[in-house]
Amino acid sequence: MPGLLPIDTLLIVACAWLAIGAAGLVAPRNTRFIARTLFPLGALVGIVAGLVALGSLGSPAQTAVLAIGLPDLPFHLRLDNLSAVFVLLLGIVSAGISIYAAGYFRHPGQGGQGTAPGVLCVEYHLFLASMLMVLLADDAYAFMVAWETMALSSFFLVTTDHRHAAIRQAGYLYLLIAHVGAIAILLSFGVMTGGVGGSGDYTFAGMRAQELSPFWGSVAFLLALFGFGAKAGLLPVHVWLPEAHPAAPSPVSALMSGVMLKTAIYGLLRVSFDLVGMTLWWWGVVALAIGLLTALFGVFYATVQSDMKRLLAYSSIENIGLIAVGIGLTLIFHAYAMEALAALALTAVLYHCLAHAGFKSLLFLCTGSVLHATKERSLGKLGGLIGPMPWVAWLALAGVIAGAGLPPLSGFVSEWLLLQGFLFSPGLPHPWLNMVVPVAAAIVALVAALAGFAMVKFYGIIFLGQMREPALKDAHDAGPWERLGLVWLGGLTLLLGVLPGTIILRIDAATQQLLGKGLADRVAENGWWMLAPISPERASYEPLLFLAFIVATLLFGRWLVRRLYHGRVRRSPAWDCGYHFQGPRAQDTAEGFSQPIRRIFEPMFRMERHFPTLRDKEPYYSVKVEDHFWYWLYLPVARAAAWVSTLITHLQGGRIAVYLMYSFVTLILLLLVARP
Amino acid sequence: MNAVIPLSAQLINLFASVILLLAFAMLAQRRVLKLIDLFALQGFTLFLSTLVVAVKTGQSHLYYSAALTLTLKAFLLPWILHRLVRRLHVKGEVEPLINIPTTMLIGIALVMISFNVALPISELSSSIARGTLGIALAVVMLAFLMMITRRKAVTQVVGFLSMENGLFLAATSATYGMPMVVELGIALDVLVGVIILGVFFFQIRDQFDSLDIHHMERLKDN
Repeated sequence: MPGLLPIDTLLIVACAWLAIGAAGLVAPRNTRFIARTLFPLGALVGIVAGLVALGSLGSPAQTAVLAIGLPDLPFHLRLDNLSAVFVLLLGIVSAGISIYAAGYFRHPGQGGQGTAPGVLCVEYHLFLASMLMVLLADDAYAFMVAWETMALSSFFLVTTDHRHAAIRQAGYLYLLIAHVGAIAILLSFGVMTGGVGGSGDYTFAGMRAQELSPFWGSVAFLLALFGFGAKAGLLPVHVWLPEAHPAAPSPVSALMSGVMLKTAIYGLLRVSFDLVGMTLWWWGVVALAIGLLTALFGVFYATVQSDMKRLLAYSSIENIGLIAVGIGLTLIFHAYAMEALAALALTAVLYHCLAHAGFKSLLFLCTGSVLHATKERSLGKLGGLIGPMPWVAWLALAGVIAGAGLPPLSGFVSEWLLLQGFLFSPGLPHPWLNMVVPVAAAIVALVAALAGFAMVKFYGIIFLGQMREPALKDAHDAGPWERLGLVWLGGLTLLLGVLPGTIILRIDAATQQLLGKGLADRVAENGWWMLAPISPERASYEPLLFLAFIVATLLFGRWLVRRLYHGRVRRSPAWDCGYHFQGPRAQDTAEGFSQPIRRIFEPMFRMERHFPTLRDKEPYYSVKVEDHFWYWLYLPVARAAAWVSTLITHLQGGRIAVYLMYSFVTLILLLLVARP
Repeated sequence: MNAVIPLSAQLINLFASVILLLAFAMLAQRRVLKLIDLFALQGFTLFLSTLVVAVKTGQSHLYYSAALTLTLKAFLLPWILHRLVRRLHVKGEVEPLINIPTTMLIGIALVMISFNVALPISELSSSIARGTLGIALAVVMLAFLMMITRRKAVTQVVGFLSMENGLFLAATSATYGMPMVVELGIALDVLVGVIILGVFFFQIRDQFDSLDIHHMERLKDN
């Protein structure tokens, strides 16, 4: 269509999402209309957004100025390659989630409690539209408005089942940290406009033009790291993630974990590579260190969780940590003008964003299906669900393989790229970094291995083995809409896994825009089937070959087994090692499975354990793993806030005369102090 | 400074001082109904002073605001308050928190502060009635003082309205009045405010069997 620029199309997309949301208010209790008509429409709109962004990759940036906004402060919008990569992510992933949601929201939330479907529809689509506006914003004002809308709409989505006190608490914690982060972002923008002596130009173009001293540049970067880190879940402002994700309905968790966390990564990339206009090497070290700690922390806690959604939430923290590690590495390389390696690390970052968005949404949606089928989210009460729920189980397997960073799926490609980036760090012209960065590579490898452990736990306990509860026999597989959504995201994960060359060629435009150099040439010269970011002699990966090999091996093995053993299989009770009682309860539990990790890394956890004694009438074992950060950071802060509040309470005596006196005395003092 | 002060300015200064005097009278008045009458009188004086400014400067919107002042502050609001007091059977005596002579002394101190503060601003002003700015500020302060020292909810509303009188006086004296839109808005606000407060009076009385605001002390948190 001539004359309709991609940015205009994306604006129409945002309006379409808002309109779909508003349409939900027409019949707020009509679940059928909302689920079967509006959510699929939203998915369609998402696909359009994704395709438009894909098409605009590589073309020059487009800008638009909206008529709305405050007087003299119109909204500036801009679609460049960096935004386009994230809009692509938003569109394609949200499409899968919306399709799934069409099936998921069929039951009105537990007997008519909680938010009405129509209101949910409004919040959901407002959330999508605000995320799109965050990605398109080209001035601090539009960005903050969209950012806060995003935080608020997701807050209401998290508290969908607001009848439960625990869910309200989780929502409050989320909102609190989101606001603390937003303040930091606002301050960062303020610093980048140049502060008091600066231009005061709040548009991103003005910030790019602003010259900052290294000190103020560092302040802006650190504020942005903290502010966006609070949204992404970096240490130490990660605590909301494991609370909010289990509280929210599964499609919302998927959207938050898969897409919303990535908008924070987008913001961090935007500030550190585009707006600040400088790069100091120690910024990279800070980001690298925080990322490593976050990744380690996330993966340790993921392995010991017994609630499936909490496990995934901690796994999200781990993945965000890995992304931060990649950003740190990019900053280090960029600061030393080693742009080829910086491009490699940045590609790993962008690729991991895409990959994580795909597989984590997939896994969250799978937990949603399990939750619907069994009403149970504690791993200890699940098991053997591959029998009644083959669709969910096989698609979850795809997500799990990607999450564990195994080939041939998406997670492997990005983690492999990241490690490749580390392998070249000895070239850094800084002796200290030369020594330390390889250690970081070792930690990343450890994280990847432990992530594999967590994923095995997640999959093995839920889907394999025998059913731990008799009620699980009645579990039903996902409905057609849910299946479609899962297949969409599973396909995305597969596509990202087997066609990395093609995809890197597309997203390379963003790398080029930020660093001035990309990977495209090297990827292109090796052909689309092979991924060799530096040179084929050093390292290369042929995903399709790998996939073909795995498939061939599996088929061959299956054929061999059938050929050799067919007809000779005898089903009988297993040898019970002399134990008489051997039921599903004798299987390894979720707690038991992760016990070695808990033992080895004991100082990492804060545990409360209860062991049964010989005289217990009703013996039980329980373990409660808590976050050290609650006790080290949050509770002291909360106590200090409470203490200050009690001091201030004395002001509130209850007498109106005294209240009036406060304003009266203030007035007189001001008059006397401020007299000319 | 030997300049002849024009009659209009003298008149305005006279009316302003009458308003100040009335503010003191309100501070000293113990009976609620008399207090409302004093408030009506203050409104009427305000109307006269606005009228003088209007005649002198010939600005038409000042005529409108003078008319507005007359209807609203001299007749309508006092009438509403009278009705309220009668229907609520408020006891005539007003019980102040601080005794009246002390209040008067504090009031005098406030007037001195106001004049002191308003002095540099009056120098800048070019309007004919610039001397009244200090008086206006003093009226605001005295009204505020009345709100603080009285116990009855009705008296506090009267204090609130009297404060608005002071602001209006400041507006006419310093800048020939506010823009018409603002003035209309404020007038409407005051009217609606009084009506809402009237409703509140009934609620408060139903709840506590009294209009004494010290009963509301137990409404605070914790």
